[in-house]
Amino acid sequence: MKIQSTEELEKIRQEYSTRLYYPDTTKVLVGMASCGIAAGGKAAFEKAIQDFPDGNGVQIRQTGCIGFCEVEPLVEIAETGKPRVIYQKITEDKIVDVIRSYLENDFKKTKWILGQVRDPRSLMEDHLENPLREVAPIEKIPFLEDTPFYSNQVKIALRNCGYIDPDSIEEYIARGGYFAFFRALLDHKPEEIIQIIKDSGLRGRGGGGFSTGVKWATCARHHGERYIICNADEGDPGAYMDRSILEGDPHSVLEGMLIAAVAIGSNHGFMYVRNEYPLAVKRLVTAIKQAEKYGLLGENIGGTDFSFNIKISTGAGAFVCGESTALMASLEGQVGRPRAKYVHTVEKGLRQNPSNLNNVETFANVPAIISKGADWYAGMGTESSKGTKVFSLVGKIKNTGLVEVAMGTTLRNIIYDIGGGVLKKKKFKAVQTGGPSGGCIPEKYLDLGVDFDELTKIGSIMGSGGMIVMDQDTCMVDVARYFLDFLKEESCGQCNPCREGIKRMLQILTRICEGHGAEGDVELLEELGDMVAKASLCGLGTSAPNPVLTTINYFRNEYDAHIKDKKCLAGVCKNLFYYEIDPEACTGCRLCALKCPQEAITGEKKEPHLLDQEKCIKCSICYEACKFNAVVIK
Amino acid sequence: MNKVSPSTTEPCAEVEIDYLELDKIIEQEFDNDKENLIMILQAIQKRYNHLPQPTLKYLSEKINVPYSQIYGVGTFYATFSLEPKGRNIISICLGTACHVRGGERVRERIEDTLNLDGKHTTDDMRFTLEGVRCIGCCSLGPVMKVNEDIHGRIGADKVEKILENYE
Repeated sequence: MKIQSTEELEKIRQEYSTRLYYPDTTKVLVGMASCGIAAGGKAAFEKAIQDFPDGNGVQIRQTGCIGFCEVEPLVEIAETGKPRVIYQKITEDKIVDVIRSYLENDFKKTKWILGQVRDPRSLMEDHLENPLREVAPIEKIPFLEDTPFYSNQVKIALRNCGYIDPDSIEEYIARGGYFAFFRALLDHKPEEIIQIIKDSGLRGRGGGGFSTGVKWATCARHHGERYIICNADEGDPGAYMDRSILEGDPHSVLEGMLIAAVAIGSNHGFMYVRNEYPLAVKRLVTAIKQAEKYGLLGENIGGTDFSFNIKISTGAGAFVCGESTALMASLEGQVGRPRAKYVHTVEKGLRQNPSNLNNVETFANVPAIISKGADWYAGMGTESSKGTKVFSLVGKIKNTGLVEVAMGTTLRNIIYDIGGGVLKKKKFKAVQTGGPSGGCIPEKYLDLGVDFDELTKIGSIMGSGGMIVMDQDTCMVDVARYFLDFLKEESCGQCNPCREGIKRMLQILTRICEGHGAEGDVELLEELGDMVAKASLCGLGTSAPNPVLTTINYFRNEYDAHIKDKKCLAGVCKNLFYYEIDPEACTGCRLCALKCPQEAITGEKKEPHLLDQEKCIKCSICYEACKFNAVVIK
Repeated sequence: MNKVSPSTTEPCAEVEIDYLELDKIIEQEFDNDKENLIMILQAIQKRYNHLPQPTLKYLSEKINVPYSQIYGVGTFYATFSLEPKGRNIISICLGTACHVRGGERVRERIEDTLNLDGKHTTDDMRFTLEGVRCIGCCSLGPVMKVNEDIHGRIGADKVEKILENYE
């Protein structure tokens, strides 16, 4: 059936909202985004279906990522009139017991429980009453919303991830989906929609941070067949926010694109999804088919003469295709080479037509802004950066996962309060933001609030939201080398400063990491970096020196140690350190000897062990395995 | 310690191209549209495990794109291979989060275990090792993907056991 009015949409919403919040059987939701599946979620899901086949009083459903990836697989169980509980690390061997314990109201195994939900509603559902308002909470189980990981989060872009089945358009509608689109289509003029987005202060979430409203307005002014393009290339290593939104709530992005199409005046949409995200593509294909079935995509949408179609194209493994002009070249079946932007893509983009390109997270915010208003959105965040931002908190941190916080939240709050601090109680060294275009931020700046401008002031950028925590075992010179190695491979090669400059900077850094660094190398890196930043054709090149320059700026001592003393005290650059077993600390537990792939460690039980330097390949297995800090770096 | 034992299958020399099937891919699935070049190449690679030269020449005629341009696309994008790949593709994640959690050590362990010596594919065509710039499962780092299976939280000491499962 094709939805032709808000009233028809409302009918679906009411029916599925009841099913969602007052299920007629016990509902088990298993987190099945890529990380949930990788952690064992699929096996758990299949085991659950095997033991509780449909129609037996329990329904097993899939959902997206609720964010706390460290404790995946996550399983949520709900029943009308009972508390809604989220269980953690529930693999195939535990899931049946977990379901049985819920059915029997046995909540004693608290180790399995992450928390109980106080209020499952999304921010688009304030007209509804909290379905758990009359349910007595379980004693001694914390509320999810009060746990350190979740208490400071504000979920706008991630509002539905982990709460709905991403393959169900009805559940998306149940939580307020597509109402904003209908409002934009039927109640607003295009200029009004653009003004709302402008007033909200929404800036591009892919890293560029350009005003979304201004981009839409500029594109709308140019003549020709206009295109709405969604950049789902998410190439920054360490960032997976877009993947989670596409896998957990694909309709939020489709709705955002539809609203943009109405505002700008476009009938054709394109999604460019990177090749490494096959599950995201699969979920999008399903979502588009469903939207077409309901008449939300296609011809004469909502009984008007507005039509819109979306085509999905996949990338093929090129980081540079995240750059807008390279992406559009790729959409045309060409090599992904950027071009100089004397003429912007909003004027001449795909097929030389006016093209509006936005990031996945940017689109996901749009329906919420249209629903709740520009003032609501602009009321959050800082002077220059409104609303919230999703960060992927990864690396040497205890609570890895996706967090969405208001702009202006401090790095310290994110890393220590939400993130739980550094893994294995090691010493914090730096947090890397902005991917290969960003920089490394040392401890002294942890009280800065995250927003577009604050991080730029100290040499980094906020970027797409990747936040990688590094500790005492990370060598900052190696990090700089790592990023340049990445960029050298990914550079399209057409302009000299990037192609040659990055290559030469990498050569210098490799020499330094191998122990052949010389006086003057750092100054040379700075000089080259300055040139690459100023003279490169596109953003890949101009931002390439950032990781090098920030590490030189804040960790000069490590460069000096590598060059002058030929030492890598983080224990990474193999020629510049060796492992030794401290006889005072070693308890003779034999663990390192058993794990060593080269059989390089000898010793009697309960006696201090010895590491044979001739055989040692510095694979670090013993260093990681030792529970007594007896393997030391020298 | 035991290395992963090589199997005895021989790699194939000549590839037989099914042109009818190729036509179906180019015409029906992708509308003979040159804009779909990348996705057509992905379909060919899925079918033949690499991009055989005859298919690219045939494609050039069909969608009216110069062979040099197709060759350019085939060599620009990292997922395409003009050489046959192994039966099992190992994608080791080289993303920053995995790197910081010891991804490089895992990669070395794989190279060592498979006796790769700088090559990408084992001599018996059992495994091809590729580096991926980020699989997107950063919270489970280090991550290694073998065919469609994603293995997370792997230490260098777990590599051999995982690889033994793949023929």
